[in-house]
Amino acid sequence: MTQPNAPNAMETETEAETRRTLHLCNICGFCTGLCAVFRSAERRPALTRADLDHLAHLCHNCRACWYACQYAPPHAFAINVPATLARQRAESYRRYAWPRPLAGLLARSGIATTAVALFTTLLVPLLTLLWVPGEVLFAAHRAEGAFYRVIPWGVMSAVATLTLGFSVLAVGVGLVRYWRDIGRGGPPAVSVWRALPAAARDLFTLRNLEGGGGGCNDRSERPGHTRRRLHHALFYGFLLCLAATIVAAGYHHFLHWQAPYPLFSLPTLLGTVGGLSMVTGAAGMIRLKRGADPAPTAADTLPADYALLGLLLATAATGLLLLALRQTPAMGLILALHLGTVLGFFVMIPYSKFVHGAYRAASLLRAAMERPTDRPTGLSQGLS
Amino acid sequence: MPPEPYDVLVIGGGLAALCAALAAREAGASVLLAERAPKALRGGNARHSRNLRIAHDAPSPLFPGKYAVEEFIHDLETAHQGHGDPELVRLLARGSAELPGWLQARGVRFQLPERGALPWSRKTAFFLGGGRTLMNTLYAAAADRGVEIRYDTHVTHLHLEDARVHTVPTRGPEGDAVLRARRVVCCSGGYQADRRALAAAGCPGARHYINRGSPHVTGDLLLQLLDQGAAPAGVPGSCHRVAVHACSPPEDGGIVTRVDGMPWGLVVDVHGRRFRDEGEEITPRRYSAWGRWVSDLPGARAHLILDDAGLQRAPPSLYAPVTANTLEDLGRRLGLPPGALERTVQRYHAARVDGGDDPLAHHTTGLTPPKSRCALPLEGPPFHAWTLAPGVTFTGHGLAVDPRGRIRRRHGPPCGTLYAAGMIMSPAVLGPGYVAGAALTLCAVSGRIAGEAAARG
Repeated sequence: MTQPNAPNAMETETEAETRRTLHLCNICGFCTGLCAVFRSAERRPALTRADLDHLAHLCHNCRACWYACQYAPPHAFAINVPATLARQRAESYRRYAWPRPLAGLLARSGIATTAVALFTTLLVPLLTLLWVPGEVLFAAHRAEGAFYRVIPWGVMSAVATLTLGFSVLAVGVGLVRYWRDIGRGGPPAVSVWRALPAAARDLFTLRNLEGGGGGCNDRSERPGHTRRRLHHALFYGFLLCLAATIVAAGYHHFLHWQAPYPLFSLPTLLGTVGGLSMVTGAAGMIRLKRGADPAPTAADTLPADYALLGLLLATAATGLLLLALRQTPAMGLILALHLGTVLGFFVMIPYSKFVHGAYRAASLLRAAMERPTDRPTGLSQGLS
Repeated sequence: MPPEPYDVLVIGGGLAALCAALAAREAGASVLLAERAPKALRGGNARHSRNLRIAHDAPSPLFPGKYAVEEFIHDLETAHQGHGDPELVRLLARGSAELPGWLQARGVRFQLPERGALPWSRKTAFFLGGGRTLMNTLYAAAADRGVEIRYDTHVTHLHLEDARVHTVPTRGPEGDAVLRARRVVCCSGGYQADRRALAAAGCPGARHYINRGSPHVTGDLLLQLLDQGAAPAGVPGSCHRVAVHACSPPEDGGIVTRVDGMPWGLVVDVHGRRFRDEGEEITPRRYSAWGRWVSDLPGARAHLILDDAGLQRAPPSLYAPVTANTLEDLGRRLGLPPGALERTVQRYHAARVDGGDDPLAHHTTGLTPPKSRCALPLEGPPFHAWTLAPGVTFTGHGLAVDPRGRIRRRHGPPCGTLYAAGMIMSPAVLGPGYVAGAALTLCAVSGRIAGEAAARG
């Protein structure tokens, strides 16, 4: 089998540590049942930089391997797979960031995300206050098109299209480069299309947060399923909100029916359930992180996690607040506040922790394409 | 007024100890478990383990095929070389069958081949996440059931005598203390971590050994009990060794320190001479075979010499090899006598018979020792080398026990209130031998038996 490259001067400290760690994992092999990382690492023994990035993105940070590891500190080998892979992911986000000059935003993603989000969250209400006459802004609008009396539809949709469009492009460029790099190892066992169902199952069930069945080690050595459920709440809540927006756009363009929609209309129902779900998920994940055992955590990656969770929480919470108060004179300012958070989110999609979803999906797909060649092996026998 | 004694004191913190503590507690006893290691390093050598050998009559989600109790007994008889107690051998093989269910009921998970988790084998079941996850689960189950657990608690002495209440001295970071219990189950293992004790027992090269397992398994209680008249089992000074990297940590290196791939190169001693047919053993027994062979060498060290092709063929190795552009330079860097390595390689090349496309078919003629397989040319530069040392795992010398786990005396009936389980008594079943996954099964089965017997008095 291939021995991994000797350390070279070109690699970063994080990369060297990730290679040392996963090379030891490949020799040990005790964690192969826990998640996709370890079996994928066995398929890529050379552990090139792209291999390390791919394996890091496969890691869902369930921390089961930390508690399973016979080589975790205080052992002399001081192996810390979850923290090491979290650092590798953070580096990888910067490596694939586009355009390059903006990669710096990901170096301090926590601060950048927070600063940009705060800026847009204050900027939009401020501009609204400056531009919109008080008697319009502080009136109770109840009729169809009420929102657009405060902020015109054209402005709203132009800003959204520009920012979201740029962000999708930026993520797309990074993703294409990433996909090319992780596919250089050789032809996969099956095609993209044949691997799609398995990859989709892994992605949408977060199978790799199950620790092989027992769950993640959210807080301690005792595993559980809390984190996976909270992530589901956040992720599916987000999808519901996205669906609400798409349905609303359909109503607007095809039925010529303008927002706000009644409480029991499809967009409002989707948005309400989605928003509540997002708030539950994001708040729960923040709480879980704060109570987590710090040992398997890369503390330097936490600000980015909290910043994204905080931004998603703020977006969902202001959306729900808007729903609650949309018939009152406070609607105008709350709408501006909500759109400010949404704008911050749109702008920061490629430069915050949010990008993890894109790279992870790509790696899950690639792993599903390579997996079918695996064959059971029964030679290694523990302390034989 | 001293505190009320526990019904059962379990000494040790590995698999046998946890199974004994759970079985005793579930039988209604109050149980105290004294683990010598700190919490982070708890679990004895089970920390480094991964599979249990289990008899089963039919395929199941855990295993393909069938592994009958009789076949298990046969495998044990082959390994123990006449040292195993036939009754205990049968108890172990039979007791193995219900282990997966018993462990699963206490939260333990196994790797299921249907989930695509590798590896799987007909005879053994693999823990999901390996031995440390197993032990985390059992410690949690024990705590949930009311077993009192004390870490950093080293039992320093045990009297081989029956008592209404045993008074047991301990040492820990907070000083000396005394534990009181009506019955004691001793699961403190062999003496492999104490190289001096191993050498004194009849293993002269032990001071050169690397201990692959827990540094806490020094066997002081085992040796004390033997001195006090406990009946011995197995062979004094015998131990299970595999070839490991000589640069491994002296303790606790576990599975990753093993060296493999000897058939792809030449193995020389500290004089630069070959001493063994590198192609002789290519089954899973090769690890322990090389452990034994290297142990018998002067200084218990050897060097595996490879070229680039050999390095590519060898399984991934934890440590980078020593690399040089000439054999002369490599020999110098390994501290071999000048010219010795070149002469060895020269003689080897002269004796090579080409085997065509099948690497296994290449061999030597007229060379002593021969290389019967994989005798490919050593084509440098560069040349690479790993230095090998024996890595000890457990001792093949321990206590004899009766079928309830009570410690036997050399003279007279077994002790009524002192029990032993796990690697401290494994030589009563395995002798000085080794069967993959059997030691761990023995720990669990003997722990359950002794724990339950101790609880019932």
